[in-house]
Amino acid sequence: MSVASPSPAATGHGVAVVFEDMHRWYGSVHALQGLSIDIAPGELIALLGPSGCGKTTALRALGGLDEVDQGRILVGGKDMTRVPANKRNMGIVFQAYSLFPNMTARDNVGYGLRLRGVDGAKRKKKAEETLELVGLGAQASRYPHQMSGGQQQRVALARALAIEPSVLLLDEPLSALDAKVRRQLREEIRRIQIMVGITTLFVTHDQEEALAMGDRVGVMSAGRLEQIAAPAELYDRPATRFVAEFVGLTNRIPGRTDGGDVEVLGARVPLLPGATDRGAVQVLVRPENVRLAAADGGTGRVLAVSFLGSLCRAQVALPDETIVVAQMSAAESAGLYPGVTVNLSVVPAPVFAVAG
Amino acid sequence: MTGSVTTPSSSPVAGPAPSGTGARRMARAGNYLALLPFHGYVGLFLILPTLIVAVGAFTTAGGSLTLDNVSSVFTSSVFVDAFVKSIQLAVITAIAGAVFGGLLAWAVARGNPNGLLRQFVIAASGVLAQFGGVMLAFAFLATFGFSGLVTVFIKNQLGVVLDMSWLYTLTGLAVVYTYFQIPLMLIVFLPSLDGMRQEWYDASASLGGGSWAFWRYVGGPILAPSFLGALLLLFTNAFSAYATAAALISQGCPIITLEIGCQMQSEIVLGQENVGKALALGMIVIVSAVMAVYALIQRRASRWAQ
Repeated sequence: MSVASPSPAATGHGVAVVFEDMHRWYGSVHALQGLSIDIAPGELIALLGPSGCGKTTALRALGGLDEVDQGRILVGGKDMTRVPANKRNMGIVFQAYSLFPNMTARDNVGYGLRLRGVDGAKRKKKAEETLELVGLGAQASRYPHQMSGGQQQRVALARALAIEPSVLLLDEPLSALDAKVRRQLREEIRRIQIMVGITTLFVTHDQEEALAMGDRVGVMSAGRLEQIAAPAELYDRPATRFVAEFVGLTNRIPGRTDGGDVEVLGARVPLLPGATDRGAVQVLVRPENVRLAAADGGTGRVLAVSFLGSLCRAQVALPDETIVVAQMSAAESAGLYPGVTVNLSVVPAPVFAVAG
Repeated sequence: MTGSVTTPSSSPVAGPAPSGTGARRMARAGNYLALLPFHGYVGLFLILPTLIVAVGAFTTAGGSLTLDNVSSVFTSSVFVDAFVKSIQLAVITAIAGAVFGGLLAWAVARGNPNGLLRQFVIAASGVLAQFGGVMLAFAFLATFGFSGLVTVFIKNQLGVVLDMSWLYTLTGLAVVYTYFQIPLMLIVFLPSLDGMRQEWYDASASLGGGSWAFWRYVGGPILAPSFLGALLLLFTNAFSAYATAAALISQGCPIITLEIGCQMQSEIVLGQENVGKALALGMIVIVSAVMAVYALIQRRASRWAQ
């Protein structure tokens, strides 16, 4: 794919965005409950959470498409809370079907420029450059219905970038695409975002997407921000039970704790801050932190083994009928098949525990 | 159980393979067979009457060829006037129906998509759009006519004598036609309004567009084909209406459908049926032209179809 000269926003001078104690009510539903986030210039924040957690409300509030009842939104230090959407200069890519069907790709991308009074020739040049940026230079004359879902979303991205927005908002832009296209496009969006250097808020319910794309990932639940952290930290050191259970696969294995560590599967591992630290608990252990060793008379019995390419996952039943999932490389899974007895152990990485 | 099970499709069979072309032909023949009732209907109620009208327009009562009937359509001031008045009536009621029906459809589209009011308005429009002919004319006469309920009520209670003679003229006809044009517009135009996506508006706003910009560049162009298509449908609906006008207007034949009726039923000048057919042919030409424009507009709209 050829890459045209990036837009002037590619100077990399993104702006800082601040959500300050934002609240939003829809009737009796408290959709945003004191949401506060600081987004650094040029940073990509992924907001992750289940449906109805408030992530899209937060994005729409930043874009001016929805109001906040309380709190402030600062963009580049300027209070934008009451500024109408068409005065905010923010590019938004929606879930799907947001391209204007009566316009070609070129006209869609040039729409924002037309509204800014850019003359026809310059508009055409800029639209085609931006389409080149997303790899669709040759499709400029096509109408949306003549393009695939992935191509349409690229045009939507180009349209959002063409106006050189101060902030880019991505509202589940990949959710309507098939898995392969989704993966390709998310990498492309990330590449372009880094190249352009634009501050970006990306909303998704797909944790793989959020972890892969975000500089930091904010996990939301019921209108609240549970935790915001770099992907690795979020995964390895969840701050709340919700994050520990929502992000990644997690085993719930019975254990016992009496302080800063917990005994689980015969090993003592440190507890993360916020974990329940007294008495019988359910310990939340990642599958890749469970080790299996085939052994006659072992405590676990393999129920099933799933081949996932370079990885394998095995389901193991404990004597108390707890099912534990262990993940290992394909090579390490040799000798594991249904019915084999194994001994289980846990990698001594910090874990979260909840009252059992 | 003993014995063997054979799978006919998998075992090699000697002889010629079943003809793919033959199967396709059979399938195609089956498809045509299924369409036979439709073709029969179109032939019997559209093509045959059109042929009868076309042939009649160019023949005399005795069956010989003539251009007199058709030429009279252009030369008779009575016929030309009837065509002009019909077109005026159709244009006025189509525009009135499209504007008010469009606004009503807009209000319905903005409301709760599952709301009771929406269901009621759509159901009522479905009935009222078909509430034409003698029934509608009678309803207006019984309500607003010289001895209509409202007219008499106002006279008795307020002592005001309303001049309702306008109801029996083209003006009255326009009002009565508009009564069924508005609900027809709602039924025809509402699906297009329902197809408008909030994302388009939001995208336009985020790119710097206000309401005016959205409707000028996005909403207006998207809806225009549907609106114009509905407008043309309303035009043909009013242009070809007969029964309402026949029941309401008893003096003269001011519009073309009534004029055709006059030619067909005239007891003063006999043998004018084929002049009536020539007038009907003129209507067919006008309606065909309108339908051709309608088809062009629909083709343009289909370019944007998702």
